[in-house]
Amino acid sequence: MTEQQRTVAIGNGQGFWGDSSRGPVQLVRGGGIDYLTMDFLAEVTMSIMQKMRSRDPDLGYATDFVTQLEQILPECIDRGIRVVANAGGVNPDACAAKVAEVIDRLGLKATVATVAGDDILDQLPTLAAAGHPLENLNTGEPLAEHVNRVQSANVYLGAFPIAEALAAGADIVITGRVTDPSLTLAPLIHEFGWTEADLDKLAAGTVAGHILECGTQSTGGNYDRWRDVPDLANIGYPLVEVDESGDFVVTKKSDTGGLVDVGTVTAQLLYELGEPTTYLTPDVVADFTSIQLEQVGKDRVRVTGVTGREATASYKVSVSMTDGWKTTAQLTVGGPDAVDKARVTADILFARLAEEGVTFDEADRLVEVIGSNVLYDGMLGSEAAEPTEVVLRVAVRSQDRAAVNRLGAELASLLTSGPPGLTGFAGGRPKASEIIGYWPALIDKSVVTSDVAIQEARA
Amino acid sequence: MTRTVQLHQIASARSGDKGADANVGIWADDDRTFDFLRETLTEERVAAHFSRLCKGGVTRYELPNLKALNFILHDSLDGGGAASLRTDAQGKTLASGLLHMTVEAPDDLTVR
Repeated sequence: MTEQQRTVAIGNGQGFWGDSSRGPVQLVRGGGIDYLTMDFLAEVTMSIMQKMRSRDPDLGYATDFVTQLEQILPECIDRGIRVVANAGGVNPDACAAKVAEVIDRLGLKATVATVAGDDILDQLPTLAAAGHPLENLNTGEPLAEHVNRVQSANVYLGAFPIAEALAAGADIVITGRVTDPSLTLAPLIHEFGWTEADLDKLAAGTVAGHILECGTQSTGGNYDRWRDVPDLANIGYPLVEVDESGDFVVTKKSDTGGLVDVGTVTAQLLYELGEPTTYLTPDVVADFTSIQLEQVGKDRVRVTGVTGREATASYKVSVSMTDGWKTTAQLTVGGPDAVDKARVTADILFARLAEEGVTFDEADRLVEVIGSNVLYDGMLGSEAAEPTEVVLRVAVRSQDRAAVNRLGAELASLLTSGPPGLTGFAGGRPKASEIIGYWPALIDKSVVTSDVAIQEARA
Repeated sequence: MTRTVQLHQIASARSGDKGADANVGIWADDDRTFDFLRETLTEERVAAHFSRLCKGGVTRYELPNLKALNFILHDSLDGGGAASLRTDAQGKTLASGLLHMTVEAPDDLTVR
């Protein structure tokens, strides 16, 4: 018999920017993983970061990452746990500089690398001139007519540049926009020496990354059988133990709550899934209909059989752009006829606004009486019994910021000039917030260059 | 023989957003229930169930390996993400919405 196959253990301690800091602490404490990944980026996050950077050139990254790293870094270094995070956002260098300060402050020695080249905002005019129209994937419209509204433009890079940073000796890799699963795939490429030709293995590592990328959504969070999930308060963040073949086990640390079974893993595999045979990444096209799941122990699910096909010649690009203003106003309505009173209140609000010339297109105003079957409009058949209280939620959008702000300004007076039983006006007038639209596109891989930089090793 | 059940008694689901579209994945624990879901949950039936929310039609994909179906609800989030005016701009609750569906199921299916 050969010796037991070597496995690489990767845990994901952050599913999005705003996730709990319990994740990274729990995964690192006491060891048991080789790599800690942290996923901070969503479609809308990049534009928020771009706005932050435009106000302050030292911002534009996930600031939570720096504070979380400070809590865990001594034990990471002690145990040889390497950290891979897309915390760099639109400013990986600024993030790396802050991390370097943390390393110095803690008196540690660690090498930091950045992976960039995803940010093509400054190249948009050159790209357009060179015949790359960045057509909207949904509408086919070229970007050119909207270029003055663009806030950010980022290519989704893949796993190989991150693996390159690990091969160069990085203890901490900070990336800009990369695909979420590539945070997990990259350490496997590095550890096992997988190449672009190892399509099934790349697909397996991608599936592992998809299972990890939303944190506790694979360990019993947001799960229909929530009553069967033990100790949600102490829910464990997920980790995978992967062998050289690409087969892996999904699990969590034994001193945590939550649940890992075929159901919890299936739930996460289906999350945000499109066409299952064609899960596109820059590294491989994974086939989710090939995945086999098997419960092999308490809180242990084995994943085998994953197949992949060669990646396409394009990167996905995420462009964000300003698209007007919106706001949301809420009041709570109690007592008899709460639903009717809420609807009448909304009518009064819009009538008063119309009187001063502030109107909104039908498609740009929404009245939701929460508590009266709003989420499941039309799905439940007979309506529920008259609720004793509801929340009136009114939302509008417009290109006219002042019009949107007028809604918030007319809200409070409804408490003394509308139907009875209105309350819950708190926190001041709701203000207009800018809508950031999302423009998905493709770009030829040949015109994008990833940029891996080893920052100075800190001693 | 059949009996009337809601889907949450025989299946589980999860939903999320894909731009202005949403997806709802639903799966069964056993093959018989999966076969029933596959026969029952046609694109037309799911589109009718979500008719007031989903404006762009429904596409269904099958994942027999997971005993699962994946439904794409096109244009169902009022623009999605930051643009949507809805409470559930990201379609997080649509899975629970599908599980509200009432169906006539064979009475020997496992019900919870």
